[in-house]
Formats: sequence, structure tokens, C-alpha cells
Amino acid sequence: MTHSEGDGGVSGPSLMFAATPLNTRNHRLQWLFRALFGLMTLILVVPVGIIFGVLLVRGGPAISFEFLFSYPSDGMTAGGIWPALVGTIWLVAVSLVASVPVGVAAAIYLSEYASDSWLTRGINLAIINLAGVPSIVHALFGVGAFVIFAGFGTSILAASLTLAVMTLPLVIVATRESLQAVPMAFREACWNMGATRWQTIRTVVLPNAISGILTGVILSVSRTAGETAPIMFTGAAFFFPFLPTSVFDQTMAMAMHLFVISTAVPGAPDELKYGTALTLITLVLLMNAGSIWFRSYLRGKKKW
Amino acid sequence: MVEAPTLAIDIQNVSLWYGDFQALFEVDLQVKRGSITALIGPSGCGKSTLLRAVNRINERLGDYVRTTGEIHVLDQDILSDDVELSQLRRHVGMVFQRPNPLPLSIRDNVLFAHRIHRADEKFNKLEEDEIVENALRRVLLWDEVKDRLGREATGLSLEEQQKLCIARLLPVKPTVLLMDEPTSALDPKATAALEELIWELHGDYTILIVTHNMAQARRASEETAFMLLGRMVEHRVTEQIFLAPQEEETADYIEGRYG
Repeated sequence: MTHSEGDGGVSGPSLMFAATPLNTRNHRLQWLFRALFGLMTLILVVPVGIIFGVLLVRGGPAISFEFLFSYPSDGMTAGGIWPALVGTIWLVAVSLVASVPVGVAAAIYLSEYASDSWLTRGINLAIINLAGVPSIVHALFGVGAFVIFAGFGTSILAASLTLAVMTLPLVIVATRESLQAVPMAFREACWNMGATRWQTIRTVVLPNAISGILTGVILSVSRTAGETAPIMFTGAAFFFPFLPTSVFDQTMAMAMHLFVISTAVPGAPDELKYGTALTLITLVLLMNAGSIWFRSYLRGKKKW
Repeated sequence: MVEAPTLAIDIQNVSLWYGDFQALFEVDLQVKRGSITALIGPSGCGKSTLLRAVNRINERLGDYVRTTGEIHVLDQDILSDDVELSQLRRHVGMVFQRPNPLPLSIRDNVLFAHRIHRADEKFNKLEEDEIVENALRRVLLWDEVKDRLGREATGLSLEEQQKLCIARLLPVKPTVLLMDEPTSALDPKATAALEELIWELHGDYTILIVTHNMAQARRASEETAFMLLGRMVEHRVTEQIFLAPQEEETADYIEGRYG
């Protein structure tokens, strides 16, 4: 024991750094919480895995070129999903065209221009509430506002606008958050060089917030493609074996189609239902993957 | 011929309120053209507020900020309603505590203000190249960055960033440079380099610099103004204020009895 000095030589230098009962208890607690949080994460992931697994196993065999690109036949107990697939893309596209410009503009106003007053606080509260409105209520609003009052009839336009109203809060909140994440110092720098608010927003704030804005868009795409209630009365048809030619046509949609063949068509084979669900999920995943790739590409260019 | 004004900044009887809180009390300050004046005083004494009143950047907070009194820059009343803030800020540039280059390339940073204030949309690459080189040479940064003008400015060292923040003001030919503790985020070596640069710039530009660093005020300014609790206590030639302060409060502060 050449190292033990000044400690009465009890049992070497390691004694000083040996674990006390308190340390042991802390370690045990730490381990417990780590296990607990890990378990919760697992619980979260398991349903997702099962859903995908089941859809793949039971719906996978149904997927074919034929299934994707042909019309339903035999009273929707056979054939494909082509009009529903095209219809969903129409609905998503038109609703994005409506919700993204409005949502981004509103968020810019709220975050960059508006001062903090009872009015802006009220607007923020309204946006949060809008996010909490059940989708069937949006559907009824859509019928009243777009189908009847605006006179669009049951059409892609009415359905997409209803979806846009529903996804606006997602876009606004995501945009506002990402605008506010741009450091204030950049704005200060611009203003102090005589830049107007708009010049500041265009040259510095928006380019640095774009990846966050895309997150909002991704979220709204997923919701738009998957919602059934808002389009049920406003534009989605039970069975409409044509491809839409304009926004004033009715259309089939994947979510609606899945709902219909699962509940209202006796004798529709399960394979067809699982195949439709798998296609819907894959479509959403593909769109998300595209935007996520684009987002990380933009993030890679940003350095601060 | 009209004689050029000798005062770059003339602040008279300025009071300023943030809501109900009065931050400045009847402050007077005259800054001679081409000189360096240091503003010193304990935290919260109103130095930065006074600085920010000179380019009216305080007003971004809206009606919450109220200013009375008179501020003239080169004999022009800047508190008047017909002052275009964009023009004011072009002539009165600001450098901040933390270097805040924009998340753009070095070149685009230097050209930012120039592009904002350029009347015609056409741009001439040769002209821009010349502007970038002149500005960067003026702040002694050209040799270090000339080969990487396209790189992100946020990747530079803090010293280089702060020099860049000064360089980007120069292309629009400002009269006054306001500096709010420009070296407080820098290490001693970078601080010395910055002080040297500031000293080198005065004459061509009038510099009003807020500092917490007594030694800096003493080294790098011609005149020093001491503020306390929103009031101007003493303003004299730097040597005099440090060697023989007239007011007891100034002496106490300089000797480090509070602050």
C-alpha cells in the first residue's frame, strides 16, 4: 500500500471513493426511472408496429398494379381503388393550397407584426380552440358554409376548404413556433440597419423558419389524408367511378372508401379493406418522407 | 458656404419612459464630430437606453416607450415626425454586445445594408466586390476572410464576427456608430484588437460607445460621460474624468466603490 497516506491506512485509497448507501440508492432509483421511461416508449411503439405488421400481412397480398390503378367493381366487392387514391391526392392538394398561405400569413402577422394586446391574445385562444373542435363539427360547419352558403355544392372544393379550416391551427401554431425560434438578435441587426419588418422577414426570418413551417405542413398532410368526417357530407362520394376533372366535382377518397367498404358493403373481402388501409398509410408516409427529406436538406444549410 | 456642423450628436433635456418607469431624466450630451465618447455607469443607469434613443430603435416597442426633449444628429432633429427611420438608421449604425452577423454568407452580410438602401434593383457584381473589399479592409478583416467570402458568417470567430458587424455598417456611409458594449463577449486579445479598430475608425466616424470596462473607457475614448440612475452626472475629457472627477458619485464609481 504505497498510496495510502494520512488516512490511518484503513484499506487503501479506494475507500474514499467507495459507494455509500446513499449512492447505491440513487443509482437504483436512476435505473428504475430509466426503465420506466423506456417501457413507456415501448408501449408507444408497440401499437404502431402491430398496426403496420397486420396491415402488411393481411393487406400486402392485395396490393398490385391492378389494385392501385383500376376502378372498384362488383358493387365495390372487387376491383381497385384508383378513383379514391386520386381523390385523396386532390383533396390534400387543394386543402394545402388553401391552408398553407392563409396559415403562414396569419402566423407571420401574429408573430412579427401584432403587438401583445387583448385582441391578439383572443385570436391565439381562438386558434387553440379551433384545434380542439371535433372533426364532425368541422364537417357540419363545412356543409353550412361551403356547400350551402357559398354554393359550392358537395364538391372537392367544399371538402378541401373544410379540411383546410380544420388543419389551419396546425399550420399556424407550427409556423408561429418556428418564427419565434429565430433568434431576436437577427431581427435587431436588420432593423438597426434600416430594414423594414418585411425586408427582415423575407431575407432573414422566413428562410430560417422554413423547416419548422414544413413540419406544420407535414402534420396537416397526414391529418387531411386520414380524416373521414369532414369530407363525408361536403364532397366525398360513396361511389363515384370517375376521376374528378375540376374542383367542383365530387370525388371518392381513401379514408371514406375504407369506411364505406368496412361498414356499408356486405361481402367486401377483408383483403380489400386491409389493402386500402395499407395504401392510405403508405401514401401518407411517402408524402411525409418527402417533406422530411426536404426539411433536413434545408436544415443542413442552416448554421447557428 | 454653410459650415459643417461640429456636433455629431446633440442630446438636450431628454427624458424617456418605458410605460410608467422613467429611464432617463433630462439628459444632456454633446458628442463632437469624429470623436469617441464613452458612456459609463452601473448596470441599469440608462446608458444603453440613451444609445438606443439616438437611432430610435427603442420605438420598436411601440407606444410603450415615450421620449421627450430634443436629439439632433448633424443639426437635424431626429425626433421629428417626418424623419424616415430607415434613413436615420442608415446614418446612425449600431454594434451590439454579442456579435450578431446574419445567417448569410460573409459577403451577403457586408452587402446587406447596401442592398436595402440601393434604389435600383440592378446589381453590379464588380461594384459589390469593391464595396465588400473596402469595408472588410477598413475593419482589418480582409486578409483573414478574402478566400472564404461565400462561407457562413456565423462560422467566424467572435472577434471576426464583431469586426464584420462593424464592416456591414460602412457601405451605407454612416456618420455615427453606436456601440453597446461591443467587446463584452470577447476575450482580452480580441478586445484589444477591437479597441484598436475603434480607435482607428474615429475621425471618419463619430463613435458613441457604452462600456462597463473602466480601463477600456480610459484607453479608447477621448471624452467620457458618467451616468447614474437615468441622469447624466459628469461629462468631460476622458483624462480629466479619470484623474480628477468633479462629482463624488463619479469618483466612487471609478474607484469601484459600487457598480
